[in-house]
Amino acid sequence: MEFWRWPEASWVNPDINWKKGKFITAGVDVGSVSTQAVIMVDGEFYAFGNTRTGSDSPNSAKKGMDYALGKTDLKLDDIDYCIGTGYGRVNVPMAQQTITEISCHARGANFMYGPEVKTVMDMGGQDCKAINVDNQGKVLNFLMNDKCAAGTGRGMEVFANLIHVPIWEIGPRSFQISREPPSISTTCVVFAKSEVMGLLEQGIPENEVIAAYCSAMAHRIAELLKRIGIKEKFAITGGIAKNEGIVKRLEKELGIKTAEQVWCNPKYSKKNYPFDTQLAGAIGAALFGHELLKMGKVRSIRG
Amino acid sequence: MIIVGIDVGGQNVHIVLKKDGLILGKGTTPTGIKKAEAIEALYDQVLRQAGFSRRDVDRVVATGSAAKRVSFADGFISDVAADARGVSKLFPNARTIIDVGAEEGRAIKVAPDGKVIDFAINDKCAAGTGTFVEAMARALEISVEEMAKMALDSTKSIPMNAQCAVFGESEVVSLIHQNIAKPDISRAVMDAVAGRVGSIVRMVGLESDVMLIGGVAKNIGFVHSLQNNIEMDIIVPDDPDYMGAIGAAEAALSGNLE
Repeated sequence: MEFWRWPEASWVNPDINWKKGKFITAGVDVGSVSTQAVIMVDGEFYAFGNTRTGSDSPNSAKKGMDYALGKTDLKLDDIDYCIGTGYGRVNVPMAQQTITEISCHARGANFMYGPEVKTVMDMGGQDCKAINVDNQGKVLNFLMNDKCAAGTGRGMEVFANLIHVPIWEIGPRSFQISREPPSISTTCVVFAKSEVMGLLEQGIPENEVIAAYCSAMAHRIAELLKRIGIKEKFAITGGIAKNEGIVKRLEKELGIKTAEQVWCNPKYSKKNYPFDTQLAGAIGAALFGHELLKMGKVRSIRG
Repeated sequence: MIIVGIDVGGQNVHIVLKKDGLILGKGTTPTGIKKAEAIEALYDQVLRQAGFSRRDVDRVVATGSAAKRVSFADGFISDVAADARGVSKLFPNARTIIDVGAEEGRAIKVAPDGKVIDFAINDKCAAGTGTFVEAMARALEISVEEMAKMALDSTKSIPMNAQCAVFGESEVVSLIHQNIAKPDISRAVMDAVAGRVGSIVRMVGLESDVMLIGGVAKNIGFVHSLQNNIEMDIIVPDDPDYMGAIGAAEAALSGNLE
């Protein structure tokens, strides 16, 4: 069993008839670990696919898009404009242009969490970025760590494999403890592996070791946020946002609440549309496409 | 006088037994998770090999990142001091000592009398350590020994983007997918480690003779890449991985211990 394997997902909005829409736009976010495609109809959330990135980016982009289209009766040719983003954005064959994932995550977080968001933390597979944004979701400044796996989703995957615990159980299990243990002291994921093995060997309960690793990761992310100057409302995007073991400990270290993971749009929250923090980049990209079409800055390529 | 130096490193324990200035016994074993047990077993093995028992030993000095696990040590010495002592004793002309081990890289500037003038250490990150090389060898599905020799056959230099060992593994896999030859990937890895080590060395300054010790000094491909990086000749002693233990044994004679 591969413990790092998080579940893939796709969804279509039952309340939208795309045929009545004016502009159909797509955003494809090819990350180092996961790929998301989001389709929007006139700037409304219509469909998504969330898949793992394979060894080559063009195929991953296609797989993500096929996944998003899968539950719809929409074809790729029906899409007016597609924007690629993420680490593999230059390898999105169906995209007409690319926009950096920093801009897309900022824009996506604004759409998902609301215009009050001032700081966005994107916790991705191979990097983490702290982004300060304005009320339009425009990037004011950002800091990123892409040099080191500590504090990234990949680091968590390595840990899940090492300790043989499915990655989605890490968060809940990190709270099934009788005392909060001291954090893992090594920063480097590779060294942390030996430290973790040592702790298990000493008979420290597995859940405490999980808690110790979550604290270390939260601390690593907190350092980046302290440097950029974190402001509320503070929102987290990316896969690690789904790990409450890290999010809760990050809140504690910073003494700040993270925005609740619900749609700011009451129409969406009432209908319980899936709120997937990994979608922020692709949502941002699809929204940029919609704005560009609406302003007449780009032309539809619809067949 | 019978003295013993024990170096408990991130990956291996090294023990040296000396009598009247001569090395009569030595041995190494993986540190493993049960460090104390590994140390005890190796100590007994070295004693047997030299024909002594624990009672015959006058002093035991330990060094290395887990030196405190040597419960029977009479004293301790820092790994930087052990390196400086061990190398200066055998190579009095050494002015710069580079020690690249499994989990640490360090550069030490020493005075002619073997005193430490300055040093710099990376123990925070696996980049620039033996662990990085091992992880990349695993990704290449070859042994570190094969990789070391293979790097010398490389015909072109490819830069590695990843500094992190975790990201490096994915990069090596993607280089394999791009059909880059294994010797060229091997060299890219050695160059990357040499780049990290080189930057630590430049923090203390380079002066000849430059000595390279630690387990990674046995990696010929790395030695080559590091020479290119620092643009100076490097001397690798016999048994470069035993220098810390030898230094600890030397310290047993002097009495300047923790």
